[in-house]
Amino acid sequence: MTAVLDLRQLTLQAGSEVLVDSVSFAIEPGEIFALVGESGSGKSLTAMAIMRLLPDALSVTAGEAHLHGQNLFALPEMAMQKVRGKKIAMIFQEPMTSLNPVMTIGAQVSEVLRLHLSLSGRAARQTTIDLFEEVGIPNPHERYGWYPHQLSGGQKQRVMIAMALACEPDLLIADEPTTALDVTIQAQVLSLLKRLRDRHGLSILFITHDMGVVYEMADRVAVMQKGRVIEQAKTQHFFDHPTEPYTQKLLADAVPVSEFKPVLERPPLLEVTDLKVHFPIKKGILQRTVDHVRAVDGVSLSIGKGETLALVGESGSGKSTIGQAILKLVKATHGRVVFQQNAQSHELVALKEKQMKPLRQKLQVIFQDPFSALNPRMSVGEIIREGMQSLKVGPRDKAGQQKRVSELLEQVGLLPEHAQRYPHEFSGGQRQRIGIARALAVEPELIICDEPTSALDVSVRAQVLSLLNHLQRQYQLSFLFITHDLSIIPAVAHKVAVMQAGKIVEQGEVEQVMTQPQHPYTRQLLDSAPSLIRKRLA
Amino acid sequence: MMAPLWSDYMIWLLVVALWGWGLILRRSPQVREQWIQIFQSRIAMVSAIILLAYASVALLDSVRFDTAQKGQITLLDMAFESIATQSERTYSAPFADREYNQSLVTRDNGDVEQQYLPLKWVQAEVSIGWATLQVLLSAALLTALLVGLHLAWRARVHKLGLAEYGRNVWRDQTRLPWRTAYVTVLLMLFVWGWLGYLSQFYHVLGTDKVGQDVLYTAIKSIRTGVLIGVLTTLVMLPLALFLGISAGLFKGWVDDAIQYLYTTLNSIPGVLLIAAAVLVMQTILNNNPQWFGSTEERADLRLLFLVFILGMTSWTGLCRLLRAETLKLSQVDFVTSARAFGVSRLTIIVRHIMPNVMHIVLIAVVLDFSGLVLAEAVLSYVGVGVDPTTHSWGNMINQARLEMAREPMVWWSLFSAFVFMFLLVLAANLFSDRVQKVLDPRTQTR
Repeated sequence: MTAVLDLRQLTLQAGSEVLVDSVSFAIEPGEIFALVGESGSGKSLTAMAIMRLLPDALSVTAGEAHLHGQNLFALPEMAMQKVRGKKIAMIFQEPMTSLNPVMTIGAQVSEVLRLHLSLSGRAARQTTIDLFEEVGIPNPHERYGWYPHQLSGGQKQRVMIAMALACEPDLLIADEPTTALDVTIQAQVLSLLKRLRDRHGLSILFITHDMGVVYEMADRVAVMQKGRVIEQAKTQHFFDHPTEPYTQKLLADAVPVSEFKPVLERPPLLEVTDLKVHFPIKKGILQRTVDHVRAVDGVSLSIGKGETLALVGESGSGKSTIGQAILKLVKATHGRVVFQQNAQSHELVALKEKQMKPLRQKLQVIFQDPFSALNPRMSVGEIIREGMQSLKVGPRDKAGQQKRVSELLEQVGLLPEHAQRYPHEFSGGQRQRIGIARALAVEPELIICDEPTSALDVSVRAQVLSLLNHLQRQYQLSFLFITHDLSIIPAVAHKVAVMQAGKIVEQGEVEQVMTQPQHPYTRQLLDSAPSLIRKRLA
Repeated sequence: MMAPLWSDYMIWLLVVALWGWGLILRRSPQVREQWIQIFQSRIAMVSAIILLAYASVALLDSVRFDTAQKGQITLLDMAFESIATQSERTYSAPFADREYNQSLVTRDNGDVEQQYLPLKWVQAEVSIGWATLQVLLSAALLTALLVGLHLAWRARVHKLGLAEYGRNVWRDQTRLPWRTAYVTVLLMLFVWGWLGYLSQFYHVLGTDKVGQDVLYTAIKSIRTGVLIGVLTTLVMLPLALFLGISAGLFKGWVDDAIQYLYTTLNSIPGVLLIAAAVLVMQTILNNNPQWFGSTEERADLRLLFLVFILGMTSWTGLCRLLRAETLKLSQVDFVTSARAFGVSRLTIIVRHIMPNVMHIVLIAVVLDFSGLVLAEAVLSYVGVGVDPTTHSWGNMINQARLEMAREPMVWWSLFSAFVFMFLLVLAANLFSDRVQKVLDPRTQTR
């Protein structure tokens, strides 16, 4: 059997900087080949080089890519145009931006058919509908005329897959196709890809950073680090006997810790009772309120001192809104939020902004996206000092504050001289540390962590989680940990609450919820998790 | 004795404000990097030098003295004293030594004859070629001196030998395109020197209907053009910033009110609104003669009113952009974080919103500048622009309307206004293109 794609000694350079260094692998017919690595390891660049879609600044300096024995790098651009889409197709991470928002999805898919297979209008339409049926889009006849914004993220990704399959390619390059999707949707898309592979004998180059997905999907795995393939093996062998220390560490970071945290019996620090946040839907010239979006609909929870409560749910379930309502960044429609301080309870919902200000010091927040969380025009020192100045915490003179900033930076694993720098000079993980230092600066008791690790690589994620755990032990901090990632819950949380459509469907101790889920939704969530993670949790 | 007008005060205040702003910006390494990036383009460097030349003429023209003999004069008038005062009788073509039209002359013997009369102030015996050579040499000498000083300074900053740094400049291997800058300076000095030197002996760009030197009018018009381009922004900027950011940040009824305001303002045709406002202003000025002591002051007041009116009608575009950007920014995590720290709304605006919309403001201001210079010309042409006694390109073009219909045609007024305005607007546009390219995050590929 000859390989579909044979990549030999591919080397990419930007100027004199080597970004991809002698990468070789071969993909057999009907094989799913996973290329795993952290961000910046060169895995997406490798795929772009195969498609010859590299940005102008980069160039292939050595190596060959053979598709069915034909060297792609030697083809003229005209011939390559035919290969793209027809022989090699690609699907991307972000289904929201890969579809043209002003064309109906049917028109977009049939355009590909007309272009590459020269089908007539009617035949293209029929084939498109068949394709939609195959990738599992309900009512394909009707949806043919829908626009991308009318579809959910998972369905958009299905349309992308249909488009990629339209010309029956030999090789499908899937660049992080499920990273932007919820776990339940991810499971569906992955099983769809597998089914299509079986039916069409398609070869798939699967690019991902998620070991769980690799375990689920791949026949063979190659691990990339800093532009080099450091390990290549059959999936089963790879997971059982990883040889490289880097790979071993990646695998260890990817699976959840096997021990659950001991349950603490602590007096509650924060108690939320029957919290509702409704956003009005306004219509017409007079902006009458016609209905409400029930983002949070009757949620009750409590967090003890020094305890972590994980709030799990898919996107749109209202988990972030709870965090914002506790901080009074959005207005609660109904319910009580009681915060204990100095043996005094404060009911936050009824407080005025002025009365709230002293309490703001005790309640802080860490964000998901480390890039938007820091003002690009302020230096790191100014960013960390902001809360200290506003809430009058710590030393009042500038020298004292600078000393405190240095301490905080060291505490989160950065250097004191970083205070002079600007956010754009830091990596994602470092920025997240700056965000943590900013929250710590005002000595809070409760930190609301809104998906703090979901934009980070696994190894960086492990570091940030252990930093948070360390800080919790040192300062008796409480965390409300909002996440969609089940695999990290045992490592961080004492208790867990599962949210669906604005309501908490199940809550309790982590061990109990994870091993003996009661509610069907919790069970569905756990079943959707990749089997690598499921095995460890069960 | 110094006798500044209101517009003089404002223009110098602006210079001081810009200087202060520059000093503040210097502290941020990011912003410095961006400006260096802007000037790395040759076109931006040339445009900036041309703009700087225009600006310095406008500034020279804004230092005003009261003199006993000549009334109010500016530094610029002193520099061009010869052509400021040397008026002919009527039209004359560029470099001509006689008038453009024949006049009736009565001879001593009583015969009446048609003649092209000689011009009063032209010294036709001065050779143009020789003068050009002289100017070229002195411009080259002056440039060499300036370049030498600049080279010495840069070489000291870079801690290189003068010769070595000079070699880098010659091979164009410096970070900023200094070689291009030096050539531009040489050309500018030569052109200005040539115009200035020859204007002592000739009317380089001819004279207008009442014998006034056209070159002088065109140069005096620079101040009006620059003033309208720059000061209008000063009127419009606070409005746009305040209203745009308030609408985006406070949302709700504040947003509604501001949106209604600018939508309404936008849907009235601009020229109509300006014409109406100018007519109102004229009436006010006529009814309050005690406001001004001289015709200069009246013209100046009218200019400022025009600036004010243009500012009031041109803030909507920028306001709309700022509102949208603020709406976006107010949802970004760092603003949320600031709110979680209990930072006040005002501090959020000053510290988090303003610095992050500055690129939009800068792009809008530089883009608007050329539009406003052109707007002045259009408005004066329509008859609702600056005072007819104010030197302005618009007024020149307005007069040229009749001159173009004459036979033989008088083309030099229009030509001069066109060339002077074209250079300014072209330089401003090219410079703003570069500013936009560097500062607009959407055009940056990372």
